[in-house]
Parts: sequence; structure tokens; C-alpha cells
Amino acid sequence: MLFSNLIFIADSSAWFNTDKLLTLIISLFCVIILLYTTYYKAKQSKFKIREIAGLKAIEDAIGRATEMARPLLFTPGWGGDIQRPTTIASMNILGHVASKTAQYNCQLIYPTHDPVIMAVAQEVIKGAYASAGYADRYKEDNIFYVSSSQFGYAAAVEGLISRLKPASIFLLGTFEAESLILAETGNINKAIQIAGTDSTIQLSFFIVACDYVLIGEELFAASGYLSDDHSIKASVRAQDIIKLLIAVFLIVATIWVTIDPNSQWWKL
Amino acid sequence: MGDYRSKFAMVETMMNRRIPQMICFAFGAALFTVFFLSHPLAKDLNLTITVDYWQIIFAFTLIVGVVSFVRITIKNIKKGEDRPYRIVSLIGLIAMPVLALIWGIRGDSPFMWVFEYVQVPMQSTVFALLAFFVASASFRGFRARSAPAAVLLIAALLTLLSRSSLEGILPVYFSDFADWIRSNPSMAARRAILIGIGLGSLTTSLRVLLGIERTWLGGEK
Repeated sequence: MLFSNLIFIADSSAWFNTDKLLTLIISLFCVIILLYTTYYKAKQSKFKIREIAGLKAIEDAIGRATEMARPLLFTPGWGGDIQRPTTIASMNILGHVASKTAQYNCQLIYPTHDPVIMAVAQEVIKGAYASAGYADRYKEDNIFYVSSSQFGYAAAVEGLISRLKPASIFLLGTFEAESLILAETGNINKAIQIAGTDSTIQLSFFIVACDYVLIGEELFAASGYLSDDHSIKASVRAQDIIKLLIAVFLIVATIWVTIDPNSQWWKL
Repeated sequence: MGDYRSKFAMVETMMNRRIPQMICFAFGAALFTVFFLSHPLAKDLNLTITVDYWQIIFAFTLIVGVVSFVRITIKNIKKGEDRPYRIVSLIGLIAMPVLALIWGIRGDSPFMWVFEYVQVPMQSTVFALLAFFVASASFRGFRARSAPAAVLLIAALLTLLSRSSLEGILPVYFSDFADWIRSNPSMAARRAILIGIGLGSLTTSLRVLLGIERTWLGGEK
């Protein structure tokens, strides 16, 4: 059986998908830049992330909730699961928010649509409370599963916002049609709202309904900004270097195609 | 005693941090490699990890989620917090599987009746709220308080009118200009944001795989 399997593997045609060769080269190039910046360059130079208004406002939002003795609500949205980088980025911010709420003894409510996200969020918040030295303030019941149905989730969170009237709301993660329902309900209830997502369509809704919005890569740079971790800040620098290279490529390609409209090389 | 404690802390770090990190790296590296392979075995491995393993994890955590929901709901009913809503939620949670188990889930079953005449209208009601929220958000967002806000307002009005039933009455260049706004300045801004998101996703994923970022494991580095 094993022998026949090995023959099957050896006999099969191509192992490598040549159509993806360019993707592989670009991916490896990006990985090399990231590793070089994070592990080598980080030892030599100090990196600084520009001030991001949405992240600077996190402390104010938690402070407001503490002063008003009202809870703080954090939602990762309905659109994503734990495999999405946006959800991971949202978890990183959640860790820092939880650390602050533990220090200020402010209630943090985390309703979610996905039981896997719930389990991870419980670990993140529990860890943050323990690291802050207030493990006794952690309440597992505040991190709960609501519903996997999109509008069921939207209705449940909307109800929570209307009844609990949280002083601050964090809408960070993957959102779909529920984004405006939640953001407008928060706005009506006069909560400070900090939002961020990877959907350009939902971003426009957040811009009109929320106080602060993390646009594009700001959501992913948040953990470096908040933790002040040198390695994470170095990886953000790597991201900037790659972005600069893409911009240079786009400018060169645009000029080239203007001069020679029949050229094809820039399509790669 | 001290030695026992340090050994316990070491095992705890190993179980809570190192092993999950190693599993994360191994699966991340495997999926990255498999993406570039065309062999049927690689495709099978990809499907097994992303579909089968994921379903197993989801099924187990769903039990945890539902148990947590029931526990919190019963606790709040006892406390008297939002009692009517909690009772309705609990009845729904119990009734749907019971209906499905007794009468099945065919087209004429009570389960489908409840789904079609209770759940679907309720979902549509919540979705319909969006229309009012879009109106109130637009009213607030499109006030011409400054020059950029005025440009935004004009662009929004042009797009709105070109997509309405007035399109046939309005001159052709009106619609063409609205299309130009959507496919040039608007698309350029969207693509710039999307490049940032793509690179952000890439670095976040690599940070997690390489263990630079460990917040998701429930603690600091």
C-alpha cells in the first residue's frame, strides 16, 4: 500500500505550479525584507511610528468609560473568522485595551459571532488581566458567543448597546452589512467610537458614523504602536519599504506605458 | 518547593506558549508550501487542513460557545436582567433543534415554517434598518462644512443621481462624469488602501508565524 502510494507520488507529473512562480519570488522577497528589517536592522536603528489619532484615542475612550462608570464594548464584527489577519490584528488591540480596562477596573464586554474567536478572546483578555496584575477582575461571562447569523448578531449587539449604553465602542475587525447598524446605534447612544476594518466599503460607513477610524494598514500597525515593541515596529518599517518599492514600480510602469503603449513587461 | 514552582512555570510556558507557537509555525509553513504545489497530494493536504481540521475545531468550540450562551442566559434570567429577551433566546435555541429532530427539515416541516415565517422576517427587519441608518449617516456626513466636504457632497450627489431613475432624463455627460469619478479618483483611493491592507495582512501573518507577535496566545512576548 505504502509502496503503491510512493509510486503514485513519484509518477505524478509536475510538483511545482509554474504559474505561481512569480508569486513565490515576490513572497520570498517580501519575507527576506521583513526578516532583515526585524532581526538585523532593528538592532542598529530605532524606528518610530507616526502618531495615529485612532490609537491615541484608545486611552481617552477607556478613561471616559471609567469616569462615567459605564462599560466598554469591543466587537470584531461578523465577517471574519480567526484565520483572517484582520481578526488577529483586532486581537492584538484587544490585548492592549484589556490591559488598560484591568488597570482602570472598567467593564469590558466582548460579544462575538464565532465560538473560536470567543475562545481566543477569552485567552487574550485573561492573559492581559493577569499581566496587568488584576487577574481577579477578569469576568469570563463578559466574553460571550451570541449568534452565527449576521443580522441575529447585529440585532443582539445593537440591543446590548441600547440597553447597556457603553461609553466607548471599539469596532475593530471584519465587518459587512452590520457595520453601519452597529456604528449608528453607537452614535445614537453617544458613545465614543473607534473603528477599523479591511473592507473599503465598510470603511466609508465608519468614517461618517464613528469618531476615529483606522484606515488600511493602520489597523495592522496598531500593535507596534501600542506595545512600543521594537521588533513589531521594525516589521512595520519592512511593510513601508515594500510599499515604497510598489510605488516606485507603479510610477515607472505608468511612465513606460505612456511612452510605449504596446509594452507588456509591467504586467509581469 | 521553589524548584517545584519553577518546573511548573516552565511546563505552563511550554504548554501555553511554545507548543501552540510551534503548531502555528508548522501549519503556516505547510500551507504556504502547499499553495505553490500542483500535485494532487498537496491539494488533498490543503483541503484536509483548511476544511476538515477547521470543521473539527469549529464543532468543538461551537459546543463551548452554546454552553457559554446557555449558562449566561440562565444566570441573567435568575438575576432578572433582560429577562423577556433572554427567555425568548433560550426558547429559540431549544425549540429549533427539537423541531428538526422530531419532524425533520423538509420544506413542509414545522422547522422550515419557523425559519420562513419567524427567522427570515426578523432578519429582514434588521436589514431594513440599514436604509434609515444610511439616510441618517449620509445626512451627517455630507454637510458642506469645508471645501473638501463640499467636493465630497457634489461627488456623492452626482453618483446618486446617475444611479437613480433620473439617469434617462439627465444628459449623457452627467452619467459619464459620475462613472469617471467612480472608476478613477475613487478607485485610486480604494486601491491605495487595499495595497496597505494587503501588506499589513502579510506582515501581521508573518509576525504571528515567526512568533514576533504573541498577543493571540494570551500574553506578552
